[in-house]
Amino acid sequence: MRFRAPMYYGNIMSGVGIVAAQRAHFAQPLVLKGGGVLPGFDLVYETYGTLNAAKSNAILVCHALSGNHHVAGYTADEFGKPTANLGWWDNIVGSGRPLDTDRFFVVGVNNLGGCHGSTGPASPNPASGKPWGADFPVVTVEDWVESQARLADHLGIDAWAAVMGGSLGGMQALQWTLSFPERVRHALVIAAAPHLSAENIAFNDVARQAILTDPDFHGGHFYEHDVRPLRGLRLARMLGHITYLSDDQMAEKFGRRLRAGAGSYGFDVEFEIESYLRYQGDKFAGVFDANTYLRMTKALDYFDPALDFDDDLARALARARAKFLVVAFTTDWRFSPERSREIVHALVHNGQDVAYVEINSAHGHDSFLMDEPHYHAVVDTYLKRVAL
Amino acid sequence: MSQALDRADFDLIASWVQPGERVLDLGCGDGSLLKRLIDERGAKGYGVELEDAEVLAAIANGINVVQGNLEQGLAGFDDATFNHVVLSRTLQTVRHTERILGEMLRVGREAVVSFPNFAYWKNRMAVMGGRMPVSEDLPYEWFNTPNLRFFTLLDFEALCLKMKLVIRERQVLDEAGRLVTEEPNFLGSLAVYRLGR
Repeated sequence: MRFRAPMYYGNIMSGVGIVAAQRAHFAQPLVLKGGGVLPGFDLVYETYGTLNAAKSNAILVCHALSGNHHVAGYTADEFGKPTANLGWWDNIVGSGRPLDTDRFFVVGVNNLGGCHGSTGPASPNPASGKPWGADFPVVTVEDWVESQARLADHLGIDAWAAVMGGSLGGMQALQWTLSFPERVRHALVIAAAPHLSAENIAFNDVARQAILTDPDFHGGHFYEHDVRPLRGLRLARMLGHITYLSDDQMAEKFGRRLRAGAGSYGFDVEFEIESYLRYQGDKFAGVFDANTYLRMTKALDYFDPALDFDDDLARALARARAKFLVVAFTTDWRFSPERSREIVHALVHNGQDVAYVEINSAHGHDSFLMDEPHYHAVVDTYLKRVAL
Repeated sequence: MSQALDRADFDLIASWVQPGERVLDLGCGDGSLLKRLIDERGAKGYGVELEDAEVLAAIANGINVVQGNLEQGLAGFDDATFNHVVLSRTLQTVRHTERILGEMLRVGREAVVSFPNFAYWKNRMAVMGGRMPVSEDLPYEWFNTPNLRFFTLLDFEALCLKMKLVIRERQVLDEAGRLVTEEPNFLGSLAVYRLGR
Protein backbone atom coordinates (compact mmCIF):
# COMPACT_ATOMS: atom_id res chain seq x y z
CA MET A 1 0.00 0.00 0.00
CA ARG A 2 1.22 3.47 -0.82
CA PHE A 3 0.90 6.24 1.72
CA ARG A 4 0.40 9.80 0.73
CA ALA A 5 0.51 12.72 3.12
CA PRO A 6 -2.85 14.47 3.37
CA MET A 7 -2.90 17.60 1.28
CA TYR A 8 -4.39 20.71 2.75
CA TYR A 9 -5.39 23.83 0.96
CA GLY A 10 -6.96 26.33 3.31
CA ASN A 11 -8.88 24.11 5.69
CA ILE A 12 -9.99 21.51 3.17
CA MET A 13 -8.14 18.22 3.05
CA SER A 14 -8.04 16.43 -0.26
CA GLY A 15 -7.99 12.66 -0.38
CA VAL A 16 -5.75 12.40 -3.43
CA GLY A 17 -3.42 15.42 -3.31
CA ILE A 18 -2.06 16.97 -6.51
CA VAL A 19 -3.43 15.59 -9.74
CA ALA A 20 -2.76 16.16 -13.42
CA ALA A 21 -5.02 15.71 -16.41
CA GLN A 22 -4.20 13.39 -19.31
CA ARG A 23 -5.37 13.56 -22.89
CA ALA A 24 -6.31 10.78 -25.29
CA HIS A 25 -6.89 11.26 -29.02
CA PHE A 26 -9.38 9.10 -30.89
CA ALA A 27 -8.88 9.17 -34.64
CA GLN A 28 -11.84 6.95 -35.51
CA PRO A 29 -14.82 9.13 -36.53
CA LEU A 30 -17.76 9.16 -34.12
CA VAL A 31 -21.24 8.92 -35.65
CA LEU A 32 -23.60 10.98 -33.51
CA LYS A 33 -27.15 10.12 -32.56
CA GLY A 34 -28.48 13.46 -33.76
CA GLY A 35 -26.86 13.05 -37.18
CA GLY A 36 -23.44 14.22 -38.18
CA VAL A 37 -20.03 12.75 -37.62
CA LEU A 38 -17.13 13.97 -35.52
CA PRO A 39 -14.05 13.21 -37.62
CA GLY A 40 -12.00 12.47 -34.51
CA PHE A 41 -11.83 13.85 -31.01
CA ASP A 42 -9.84 14.29 -27.81
CA LEU A 43 -10.95 13.42 -24.31
CA VAL A 44 -9.26 14.90 -21.25
CA TYR A 45 -9.37 12.78 -18.12
CA GLU A 46 -7.90 12.30 -14.65
CA THR A 47 -7.33 9.09 -12.74
CA TYR A 48 -6.92 8.37 -9.03
CA GLY A 49 -5.69 5.13 -7.47
CA THR A 50 -4.10 2.25 -9.34
CA LEU A 51 -5.61 0.00 -11.99
CA ASN A 52 -5.14 -3.58 -10.79
CA ALA A 53 -3.60 -6.33 -12.93
CA ALA A 54 -7.00 -7.81 -13.78
CA LYS A 55 -8.22 -4.29 -14.67
CA SER A 56 -11.32 -5.05 -12.67
CA ASN A 57 -11.28 -2.19 -10.16
CA ALA A 58 -12.12 0.79 -12.34
CA ILE A 59 -14.90 3.25 -11.54
CA LEU A 60 -16.00 5.84 -14.05
CA VAL A 61 -17.34 9.09 -12.58
CA CYS A 62 -19.57 10.96 -15.02
CA HIS A 63 -20.05 14.68 -14.58
CA ALA A 64 -23.18 16.80 -14.57
CA LEU A 65 -24.01 19.96 -16.48
CA SER A 66 -21.17 22.18 -15.33
CA GLY A 67 -18.67 19.56 -14.19
CA ASN A 68 -15.55 18.20 -15.81
CA HIS A 69 -12.81 15.59 -15.51
CA HIS A 70 -11.29 17.22 -12.42
CA VAL A 71 -13.23 15.13 -9.91
CA ALA A 72 -10.77 15.10 -7.02
CA GLY A 73 -7.53 16.55 -5.73
CA TYR A 74 -5.81 19.82 -6.53
CA THR A 75 -4.33 20.88 -9.81
CA ALA A 76 -0.81 22.29 -9.54
CA ASP A 77 0.58 25.61 -10.65
CA GLU A 78 3.70 25.92 -12.80
CA PHE A 79 5.87 25.45 -9.71
CA GLY A 80 4.12 22.22 -8.71
CA LYS A 81 2.30 23.88 -5.81
CA PRO A 82 -1.39 23.11 -5.30
CA THR A 83 -3.82 25.71 -6.61
CA ALA A 84 -7.24 26.45 -5.13
CA ASN A 85 -8.74 24.29 -7.88
CA LEU A 86 -10.21 21.43 -5.85
CA GLY A 87 -12.06 18.67 -7.72
CA TRP A 88 -15.85 18.98 -7.76
CA TRP A 89 -16.46 15.67 -5.96
CA ASP A 90 -13.27 15.55 -3.91
CA ASN A 91 -15.15 14.74 -0.69
CA ILE A 92 -16.06 11.26 -1.93
CA VAL A 93 -12.73 10.18 -3.48
CA GLY A 94 -9.53 9.14 -1.72
CA SER A 95 -7.97 6.71 0.69
CA GLY A 96 -10.65 5.60 3.17
CA ARG A 97 -13.37 7.56 1.40
CA PRO A 98 -16.36 5.94 -0.35
CA LEU A 99 -14.50 5.81 -3.67
CA ASP A 100 -11.52 4.33 -1.89
CA THR A 101 -8.39 4.86 -3.95
CA ASP A 102 -6.64 2.10 -1.98
CA ARG A 103 -9.08 -0.23 -3.67
CA PHE A 104 -10.46 1.43 -6.78
CA PHE A 105 -9.03 3.07 -9.88
CA VAL A 106 -11.23 6.12 -10.37
CA VAL A 107 -11.56 7.86 -13.74
CA GLY A 108 -13.02 11.32 -14.34
CA VAL A 109 -13.55 12.48 -17.92
CA ASN A 110 -14.55 15.77 -19.51
CA ASN A 111 -17.48 15.08 -21.83
CA LEU A 112 -17.43 15.66 -25.53
CA GLY A 113 -18.67 19.18 -26.25
CA GLY A 114 -17.24 20.36 -22.95
CA CYS A 115 -15.03 23.34 -22.31
CA HIS A 116 -12.29 21.92 -20.10
CA GLY A 117 -10.03 20.29 -22.66
CA SER A 118 -12.06 17.64 -24.45
CA THR A 119 -13.10 18.41 -28.01
CA GLY A 120 -15.88 20.98 -27.92
CA PRO A 121 -17.31 24.07 -29.54
CA ALA A 122 -14.17 26.13 -28.83
CA SER A 123 -11.90 23.50 -30.43
CA PRO A 124 -10.72 24.04 -34.01
CA ASN A 125 -12.97 22.57 -36.67
CA PRO A 126 -10.63 20.56 -38.91
CA ALA A 127 -12.68 21.61 -41.95
CA SER A 128 -12.04 25.33 -41.45
CA GLY A 129 -9.26 25.62 -38.91
CA LYS A 130 -11.48 28.04 -37.00
CA PRO A 131 -13.34 27.19 -33.77
CA TRP A 132 -16.39 24.99 -34.32
CA GLY A 133 -18.66 27.45 -32.52
CA ALA A 134 -22.28 26.98 -33.55
CA ASP A 135 -21.27 24.24 -35.99
CA PHE A 136 -20.27 21.86 -33.22
CA PRO A 137 -22.95 19.18 -33.29
CA VAL A 138 -25.47 18.64 -30.53
CA VAL A 139 -24.21 15.63 -28.60
CA THR A 140 -26.39 13.29 -26.55
CA VAL A 141 -25.94 11.17 -23.45
CA GLU A 142 -25.66 8.16 -25.79
CA ASP A 143 -22.85 9.88 -27.70
CA TRP A 144 -21.00 10.61 -24.47
CA VAL A 145 -21.25 6.99 -23.39
CA GLU A 146 -19.98 5.89 -26.81
CA SER A 147 -16.99 8.22 -26.50
CA GLN A 148 -16.34 7.14 -22.90
CA ALA A 149 -16.30 3.52 -24.08
CA ARG A 150 -13.43 4.45 -26.39
CA LEU A 151 -11.61 5.85 -23.36
CA ALA A 152 -12.26 2.55 -21.53
CA ASP A 153 -10.72 0.72 -24.52
CA HIS A 154 -7.77 3.10 -24.43
CA LEU A 155 -7.23 2.33 -20.72
CA GLY A 156 -7.63 -1.41 -21.32
CA ILE A 157 -10.78 -1.60 -19.21
CA ASP A 158 -13.18 -4.26 -20.52
CA ALA A 159 -15.79 -3.70 -17.83
CA TRP A 160 -16.17 -1.02 -15.19
CA ALA A 161 -16.57 -2.21 -11.61
CA ALA A 162 -18.97 0.74 -11.44
CA VAL A 163 -20.12 3.72 -13.41
CA MET A 164 -21.57 6.50 -11.31
CA GLY A 165 -22.72 10.07 -11.42
CA GLY A 166 -25.16 12.61 -10.03
CA SER A 167 -27.85 14.43 -12.01
CA LEU A 168 -26.87 14.38 -15.70
CA GLY A 169 -23.96 12.18 -14.57
CA GLY A 170 -26.48 9.68 -13.19
CA MET A 171 -28.19 9.61 -16.57
CA GLN A 172 -24.87 8.65 -18.16
CA ALA A 173 -24.43 5.85 -15.61
CA LEU A 174 -27.91 4.60 -16.53
CA GLN A 175 -27.18 4.88 -20.26
CA TRP A 176 -23.95 2.91 -19.83
CA THR A 177 -25.96 -0.07 -18.58
CA LEU A 178 -28.08 0.11 -21.73
CA SER A 179 -25.45 0.90 -24.37
CA PHE A 180 -22.88 -1.56 -22.99
CA PRO A 181 -24.68 -4.01 -20.67
CA GLU A 182 -21.65 -6.30 -20.47
CA ARG A 183 -19.24 -3.52 -19.61
CA VAL A 184 -20.84 -2.23 -16.37
CA ARG A 185 -21.09 -4.35 -13.24
CA HIS A 186 -22.64 -1.69 -11.00
CA ALA A 187 -24.38 1.59 -11.76
CA LEU A 188 -24.76 4.28 -9.10
CA VAL A 189 -27.50 6.59 -10.32
CA ILE A 190 -27.69 9.57 -7.98
CA ALA A 191 -30.16 12.49 -7.98
CA ALA A 192 -31.17 11.57 -11.51
CA ALA A 193 -34.32 10.86 -13.50
CA PRO A 194 -35.30 8.57 -16.38
CA HIS A 195 -36.02 11.71 -18.41
CA LEU A 196 -36.64 15.39 -17.78
CA SER A 197 -40.10 16.68 -16.92
CA ALA A 198 -41.69 19.47 -18.94
CA GLU A 199 -40.83 21.83 -16.07
CA ASN A 200 -37.16 20.80 -16.26
CA ILE A 201 -37.09 21.41 -20.01
CA ALA A 202 -38.79 24.77 -19.48
CA PHE A 203 -36.06 25.88 -17.07
CA ASN A 204 -33.42 24.73 -19.53
CA ASP A 205 -35.01 26.65 -22.35
CA VAL A 206 -35.16 29.90 -20.40
CA ALA A 207 -31.46 29.41 -19.66
CA ARG A 208 -30.75 28.81 -23.34
CA GLN A 209 -32.79 31.84 -24.39
CA ALA A 210 -30.71 33.98 -22.06
CA ILE A 211 -27.60 32.89 -23.97
CA LEU A 212 -29.09 32.83 -27.48
CA THR A 213 -30.46 36.38 -27.15
CA ASP A 214 -27.26 37.87 -25.75
CA PRO A 215 -25.95 40.27 -28.45
CA ASP A 216 -22.44 38.96 -27.77
CA PHE A 217 -23.49 35.41 -28.71
CA HIS A 218 -23.21 36.09 -32.46
CA GLY A 219 -25.13 32.93 -33.33
CA GLY A 220 -22.53 30.87 -31.50
CA HIS A 221 -19.54 32.27 -33.43
CA PHE A 222 -18.53 34.74 -30.73
CA TYR A 223 -14.94 33.44 -30.63
CA GLU A 224 -14.26 35.18 -33.95
CA HIS A 225 -15.55 38.45 -32.52
CA ASP A 226 -13.33 38.11 -29.48
CA VAL A 227 -16.29 38.51 -27.13
CA ARG A 228 -18.23 36.13 -24.89
CA PRO A 229 -21.96 36.19 -24.10
CA LEU A 230 -21.31 36.76 -20.41
CA ARG A 231 -24.68 38.29 -19.60
CA GLY A 232 -26.58 35.36 -21.04
CA LEU A 233 -24.39 32.76 -19.42
CA ARG A 234 -24.64 34.56 -16.10
CA LEU A 235 -28.43 34.65 -16.24
CA ALA A 236 -28.54 31.00 -17.26
CA ARG A 237 -26.45 30.05 -14.27
CA MET A 238 -28.43 32.22 -11.86
CA LEU A 239 -31.64 30.52 -12.96
CA GLY A 240 -30.06 27.08 -12.79
CA HIS A 241 -28.68 27.77 -9.36
CA ILE A 242 -32.12 28.61 -7.97
CA THR A 243 -33.35 25.21 -9.08
CA TYR A 244 -30.43 23.37 -7.48
CA LEU A 245 -31.19 24.72 -4.00
CA SER A 246 -34.18 24.12 -1.77
CA ASP A 247 -36.57 26.78 -0.53
CA ASP A 248 -35.76 25.90 3.10
CA GLN A 249 -32.05 26.08 2.49
CA MET A 250 -32.32 29.48 0.80
CA ALA A 251 -34.48 30.73 3.66
CA GLU A 252 -31.98 29.49 6.20
CA LYS A 253 -28.86 30.66 4.37
CA PHE A 254 -30.10 34.05 3.19
CA GLY A 255 -33.62 34.68 4.43
CA ARG A 256 -34.61 38.25 3.69
CA ARG A 257 -31.33 39.63 4.95
CA LEU A 258 -30.20 42.87 3.37
CA ARG A 259 -26.69 43.84 2.49
CA ALA A 260 -25.09 46.78 4.25
CA GLY A 261 -26.35 50.10 2.91
CA ALA A 262 -29.38 48.56 1.25
CA GLY A 263 -32.83 50.11 1.37
CA SER A 264 -32.47 52.57 -1.47
CA TYR A 265 -35.59 51.33 -3.29
CA GLY A 266 -33.43 50.85 -6.35
CA PHE A 267 -32.40 47.86 -8.41
CA ASP A 268 -28.89 47.33 -7.20
CA VAL A 269 -28.03 44.30 -5.11
CA GLU A 270 -29.97 44.66 -1.87
CA PHE A 271 -30.87 41.23 -0.58
CA GLU A 272 -28.17 38.71 0.29
CA ILE A 273 -29.72 36.13 -2.04
CA GLU A 274 -29.28 38.55 -4.96
CA SER A 275 -25.67 39.06 -4.08
CA TYR A 276 -25.11 35.32 -3.85
CA LEU A 277 -26.75 34.55 -7.19
CA ARG A 278 -24.89 37.32 -9.00
CA TYR A 279 -21.63 36.08 -7.54
CA GLN A 280 -22.38 32.53 -8.67
CA GLY A 281 -23.43 33.80 -12.11
CA ASP A 282 -20.30 35.89 -12.56
CA LYS A 283 -18.01 33.15 -11.35
CA PHE A 284 -19.53 30.67 -13.76
CA ALA A 285 -19.68 33.01 -16.75
CA GLY A 286 -16.01 33.73 -16.25
CA VAL A 287 -14.95 30.15 -16.84
CA PHE A 288 -17.67 28.35 -18.78
CA ASP A 289 -18.39 28.26 -22.50
CA ALA A 290 -21.85 29.34 -23.69
CA ASN A 291 -21.91 26.83 -26.56
CA THR A 292 -21.07 24.05 -24.14
CA TYR A 293 -23.86 25.16 -21.80
CA LEU A 294 -26.37 25.02 -24.66
CA ARG A 295 -25.29 21.51 -25.59
CA MET A 296 -25.24 20.13 -22.05
CA THR A 297 -28.80 21.32 -21.48
CA LYS A 298 -29.89 19.80 -24.80
CA ALA A 299 -28.33 16.48 -23.85
CA LEU A 300 -30.40 16.61 -20.66
CA ASP A 301 -33.60 17.44 -22.55
CA TYR A 302 -33.18 14.68 -25.12
CA PHE A 303 -32.29 11.90 -22.67
CA ASP A 304 -35.20 9.46 -22.66
CA PRO A 305 -34.27 5.77 -22.88
CA ALA A 306 -37.95 4.73 -22.80
CA LEU A 307 -38.80 6.71 -25.94
CA ASP A 308 -38.05 3.78 -28.27
CA PHE A 309 -40.08 1.43 -26.06
CA ASP A 310 -43.49 3.14 -26.16
CA ASP A 311 -42.50 5.06 -23.01
CA ASP A 312 -42.26 1.75 -21.14
CA LEU A 313 -39.23 2.30 -18.91
CA ALA A 314 -39.20 -1.29 -17.66
CA ARG A 315 -38.85 -2.60 -21.21
CA ALA A 316 -36.16 0.00 -21.91
CA LEU A 317 -34.10 -1.07 -18.89
CA ALA A 318 -34.59 -4.81 -19.41
CA ARG A 319 -31.32 -5.20 -21.27
CA ALA A 320 -29.19 -3.82 -18.39
CA ARG A 321 -27.03 -6.44 -16.68
CA ALA A 322 -25.64 -4.16 -13.97
CA LYS A 323 -26.70 -4.05 -10.34
CA PHE A 324 -28.02 -0.63 -9.35
CA LEU A 325 -27.80 1.75 -6.44
CA VAL A 326 -30.28 4.58 -6.89
CA VAL A 327 -30.07 7.54 -4.50
CA ALA A 328 -32.39 10.54 -4.22
CA PHE A 329 -32.59 13.49 -1.84
CA THR A 330 -35.76 14.59 -0.05
CA THR A 331 -35.47 18.31 -0.85
CA ASP A 332 -34.40 17.85 -4.49
CA TRP A 333 -37.29 19.30 -6.46
CA ARG A 334 -35.41 19.50 -9.75
CA PHE A 335 -34.88 15.70 -9.82
CA SER A 336 -37.26 14.61 -7.10
CA PRO A 337 -37.27 11.23 -5.30
CA GLU A 338 -40.42 10.32 -7.27
CA ARG A 339 -38.35 10.43 -10.46
CA SER A 340 -35.70 8.12 -9.01
CA ARG A 341 -38.43 5.73 -7.89
CA GLU A 342 -39.57 5.43 -11.52
CA ILE A 343 -36.18 3.92 -12.29
CA VAL A 344 -36.32 1.71 -9.20
CA HIS A 345 -39.80 0.35 -9.92
CA ALA A 346 -38.93 -0.38 -13.53
CA LEU A 347 -35.95 -2.42 -12.34
CA VAL A 348 -38.00 -4.20 -9.66
CA HIS A 349 -40.64 -4.97 -12.28
CA ASN A 350 -37.94 -6.67 -14.34
CA GLY A 351 -36.49 -8.57 -11.38
CA GLN A 352 -33.20 -6.66 -11.71
CA ASP A 353 -30.97 -5.95 -8.73
CA VAL A 354 -31.46 -2.51 -7.20
CA ALA A 355 -31.15 -0.77 -3.86
CA TYR A 356 -32.85 2.58 -3.39
CA VAL A 357 -32.04 5.10 -0.71
CA GLU A 358 -33.74 8.41 0.00
CA ILE A 359 -31.44 10.76 1.86
CA ASN A 360 -32.80 13.42 4.21
CA SER A 361 -30.95 16.50 3.14
CA ALA A 362 -31.63 20.21 3.20
CA HIS A 363 -29.51 21.03 0.16
CA GLY A 364 -31.90 20.35 -2.73
CA HIS A 365 -30.47 18.98 -5.97
CA ASP A 366 -26.97 20.04 -4.93
CA SER A 367 -27.14 17.51 -2.07
CA PHE A 368 -25.39 14.91 -4.19
CA LEU A 369 -22.21 16.99 -3.97
CA MET A 370 -22.39 17.45 -0.21
CA ASP A 371 -20.49 15.62 2.47
CA GLU A 372 -23.57 14.16 4.20
CA PRO A 373 -22.44 11.35 6.52
CA HIS A 374 -25.37 9.01 5.88
CA TYR A 375 -25.23 9.55 2.11
CA HIS A 376 -21.51 8.81 2.00
CA ALA A 377 -22.04 5.79 4.29
CA VAL A 378 -24.56 4.41 1.79
CA VAL A 379 -22.18 4.80 -1.16
CA ASP A 380 -19.29 3.45 0.90
CA THR A 381 -21.27 0.42 2.10
CA TYR A 382 -22.52 -0.33 -1.39
CA LEU A 383 -19.07 -0.05 -2.99
CA LYS A 384 -17.50 -2.24 -0.31
CA ARG A 385 -19.65 -5.07 -1.67
CA VAL A 386 -18.42 -4.56 -5.22
CA ALA A 387 -16.21 -7.54 -5.97
CA LEU A 388 -12.97 -6.80 -7.80
CA MET B 1 -37.01 -10.59 20.40
CA SER B 2 -35.53 -14.03 20.89
CA GLN B 3 -33.42 -15.61 18.19
CA ALA B 4 -35.25 -18.95 18.64
CA LEU B 5 -38.56 -17.33 17.88
CA ASP B 6 -37.23 -15.36 14.93
CA ARG B 7 -36.06 -18.60 13.45
CA ALA B 8 -39.38 -20.35 14.07
CA ASP B 9 -41.22 -17.56 12.30
CA PHE B 10 -38.70 -17.51 9.46
CA ASP B 11 -38.62 -21.32 9.22
CA LEU B 12 -42.30 -21.37 8.33
CA ILE B 13 -42.00 -18.58 5.81
CA ALA B 14 -38.93 -20.17 4.24
CA SER B 15 -40.79 -23.47 3.87
CA TRP B 16 -43.48 -21.71 1.81
CA VAL B 17 -41.07 -20.16 -0.71
CA GLN B 18 -40.11 -22.18 -3.77
CA PRO B 19 -36.82 -21.76 -5.64
CA GLY B 20 -36.86 -18.88 -8.12
CA GLU B 21 -39.95 -17.25 -6.63
CA ARG B 22 -40.06 -13.51 -6.10
CA VAL B 23 -40.52 -12.31 -2.54
CA LEU B 24 -41.19 -8.79 -1.25
CA ASP B 25 -40.50 -8.33 2.47
CA LEU B 26 -42.22 -5.26 3.92
CA GLY B 27 -40.36 -3.78 6.86
CA CYS B 28 -37.40 -5.98 5.97
CA GLY B 29 -35.04 -4.50 8.58
CA ASP B 30 -31.46 -5.52 7.83
CA GLY B 31 -32.72 -8.12 5.36
CA SER B 32 -32.03 -11.24 7.48
CA LEU B 33 -35.17 -13.04 6.30
CA LEU B 34 -34.55 -12.14 2.66
CA LYS B 35 -30.93 -13.17 2.90
CA ARG B 36 -32.09 -16.54 4.17
CA LEU B 37 -34.72 -16.90 1.44
CA ILE B 38 -32.12 -16.02 -1.19
CA ASP B 39 -29.33 -18.23 0.19
CA GLU B 40 -31.40 -21.23 1.25
CA ARG B 41 -34.41 -21.13 -1.05
CA GLY B 42 -32.96 -19.54 -4.17
CA ALA B 43 -35.61 -16.83 -4.07
CA LYS B 44 -35.37 -13.44 -5.76
CA GLY B 45 -35.83 -11.03 -2.90
CA TYR B 46 -36.71 -7.36 -2.44
CA GLY B 47 -37.35 -5.47 0.77
CA VAL B 48 -39.02 -2.23 1.77
CA GLU B 49 -37.67 -0.43 4.83
CA LEU B 50 -38.06 3.06 6.23
CA GLU B 51 -35.32 3.41 8.86
CA ASP B 52 -31.98 4.74 7.61
CA ALA B 53 -29.86 2.48 9.81
CA GLU B 54 -31.76 -0.64 8.70
CA VAL B 55 -31.53 0.35 5.03
CA LEU B 56 -27.78 0.74 5.42
CA ALA B 57 -27.54 -2.66 7.13
CA ALA B 58 -29.59 -4.24 4.35
CA ILE B 59 -27.23 -2.78 1.74
CA ALA B 60 -24.31 -4.20 3.70
CA ASN B 61 -26.09 -7.57 3.46
CA GLY B 62 -26.37 -7.18 -0.30
CA ILE B 63 -30.17 -6.96 -0.20
CA ASN B 64 -32.30 -5.26 -2.84
CA VAL B 65 -33.80 -2.78 -0.40
CA VAL B 66 -36.13 0.02 -1.42
CA GLN B 67 -36.41 2.80 1.13
CA GLY B 68 -40.02 3.82 1.67
CA ASN B 69 -42.92 4.22 4.05
CA LEU B 70 -45.50 1.42 4.17
CA GLU B 71 -48.13 3.88 5.37
CA GLN B 72 -48.03 5.36 1.88
CA GLY B 73 -48.90 2.00 0.38
CA LEU B 74 -46.87 0.32 -2.33
CA ALA B 75 -47.36 2.95 -5.02
CA GLY B 76 -45.06 2.34 -7.95
CA PHE B 77 -44.84 -1.42 -7.45
CA ASP B 78 -46.67 -3.03 -10.34
CA ASP B 79 -49.58 -5.45 -9.92
CA ALA B 80 -48.81 -9.15 -9.46
CA THR B 81 -45.02 -8.67 -9.43
CA PHE B 82 -44.32 -11.05 -6.52
CA ASN B 83 -45.17 -14.62 -5.57
CA HIS B 84 -45.15 -13.76 -1.86
CA VAL B 85 -45.39 -10.45 -0.04
CA VAL B 86 -44.26 -10.81 3.58
CA LEU B 87 -45.26 -8.61 6.50
CA SER B 88 -43.50 -10.16 9.48
CA ARG B 89 -44.41 -8.84 12.95
CA THR B 90 -45.24 -5.46 11.49
CA LEU B 91 -49.00 -5.34 10.82
CA GLN B 92 -49.63 -4.25 14.42
CA THR B 93 -47.46 -1.16 13.83
CA VAL B 94 -49.24 -0.06 10.65
CA ARG B 95 -51.99 2.52 10.88
CA HIS B 96 -53.69 1.80 7.55
CA THR B 97 -54.34 -1.90 8.13
CA GLU B 98 -56.81 -2.58 5.35
CA ARG B 99 -54.87 -0.57 2.81
CA ILE B 100 -51.61 -2.41 3.39
CA LEU B 101 -53.31 -5.82 3.22
CA GLY B 102 -55.01 -4.78 -0.02
CA GLU B 103 -51.73 -3.49 -1.43
CA MET B 104 -49.93 -6.73 -0.53
CA LEU B 105 -52.43 -8.74 -2.56
CA ARG B 106 -52.29 -6.25 -5.40
CA VAL B 107 -48.52 -6.53 -5.94
CA GLY B 108 -48.31 -10.20 -4.90
CA ARG B 109 -50.24 -13.38 -5.40
CA GLU B 110 -49.91 -14.34 -1.76
CA ALA B 111 -49.62 -12.31 1.43
CA VAL B 112 -47.69 -13.80 4.34
CA VAL B 113 -48.58 -12.02 7.58
CA SER B 114 -47.33 -12.71 11.08
CA PHE B 115 -48.37 -10.83 14.22
CA PRO B 116 -48.45 -11.18 18.02
CA ASN B 117 -51.70 -12.61 19.39
CA PHE B 118 -53.08 -10.26 21.99
CA ALA B 119 -55.38 -13.06 23.27
CA TYR B 120 -52.47 -15.32 24.20
CA TRP B 121 -53.20 -16.66 27.67
CA LYS B 122 -50.29 -14.87 29.34
CA ASN B 123 -51.47 -11.59 27.83
CA ARG B 124 -54.97 -12.24 29.14
CA MET B 125 -53.50 -12.98 32.58
CA ALA B 126 -51.55 -9.73 32.52
CA VAL B 127 -54.66 -7.71 31.72
CA MET B 128 -56.65 -9.64 34.32
CA GLY B 129 -53.93 -8.69 36.79
CA GLY B 130 -54.41 -5.08 35.81
CA ARG B 131 -51.31 -4.54 33.66
CA MET B 132 -50.72 -4.38 29.91
CA PRO B 133 -48.88 -7.50 28.75
CA VAL B 134 -45.13 -7.66 28.10
CA SER B 135 -43.95 -10.91 26.52
CA GLU B 136 -41.56 -12.44 23.99
CA ASP B 137 -43.85 -11.30 21.19
CA LEU B 138 -45.02 -8.07 22.83
CA PRO B 139 -41.67 -7.00 24.25
CA TYR B 140 -42.49 -3.32 24.82
CA GLU B 141 -43.97 -1.29 27.64
CA TRP B 142 -47.19 0.57 26.84
CA PHE B 143 -45.33 3.89 26.74
CA ASN B 144 -42.66 2.90 24.25
CA THR B 145 -44.36 0.36 22.04
CA PRO B 146 -44.33 0.92 18.28
CA ASN B 147 -47.53 -1.15 18.15
CA LEU B 148 -50.67 0.78 17.21
CA ARG B 149 -53.12 -2.09 16.80
CA PHE B 150 -53.85 -4.79 19.37
CA PHE B 151 -55.79 -7.72 17.94
CA THR B 152 -56.27 -11.46 18.18
CA LEU B 153 -56.47 -14.38 15.78
CA LEU B 154 -60.27 -14.12 15.84
CA ASP B 155 -60.14 -10.37 15.17
CA PHE B 156 -57.79 -10.86 12.25
CA GLU B 157 -59.88 -13.63 10.74
CA ALA B 158 -62.98 -11.46 11.02
CA LEU B 159 -61.15 -8.74 9.07
CA CYS B 160 -60.11 -11.28 6.44
CA LEU B 161 -63.76 -12.27 6.06
CA LYS B 162 -64.82 -8.64 5.74
CA MET B 163 -62.11 -7.99 3.13
CA LYS B 164 -62.93 -11.29 1.35
CA LEU B 165 -59.35 -12.51 1.80
CA VAL B 166 -58.87 -16.27 1.59
CA ILE B 167 -56.88 -17.84 4.44
CA ARG B 168 -54.76 -20.49 2.71
CA GLU B 169 -52.87 -21.59 5.78
CA ARG B 170 -52.48 -20.61 9.40
CA GLN B 171 -49.69 -21.62 11.76
CA VAL B 172 -49.56 -20.58 15.39
CA LEU B 173 -46.51 -20.60 17.65
CA ASP B 174 -46.05 -20.38 21.39
CA GLU B 175 -43.43 -18.17 23.09
CA ALA B 176 -40.79 -20.86 22.62
CA GLY B 177 -41.49 -21.03 18.91
CA ARG B 178 -43.24 -24.44 19.07
CA LEU B 179 -46.26 -25.10 16.86
CA VAL B 180 -49.58 -24.82 18.66
CA THR B 181 -52.40 -27.02 17.39
CA GLU B 182 -55.05 -26.80 20.13
CA GLU B 183 -56.85 -23.61 21.20
CA PRO B 184 -54.61 -21.38 19.08
CA ASN B 185 -56.27 -18.12 20.14
CA PHE B 186 -55.52 -19.00 23.77
CA LEU B 187 -52.23 -20.90 23.55
CA GLY B 188 -50.65 -19.13 20.55
CA SER B 189 -48.31 -16.16 21.04
CA LEU B 190 -47.50 -15.53 17.36
CA ALA B 191 -49.69 -16.23 14.33
CA VAL B 192 -48.46 -16.69 10.76
CA TYR B 193 -50.99 -16.61 7.90
CA ARG B 194 -50.87 -17.20 4.16
CA LEU B 195 -53.56 -15.15 2.47
CA GLY B 196 -54.88 -14.96 -1.08
CA ARG B 197 -57.75 -13.49 -2.97
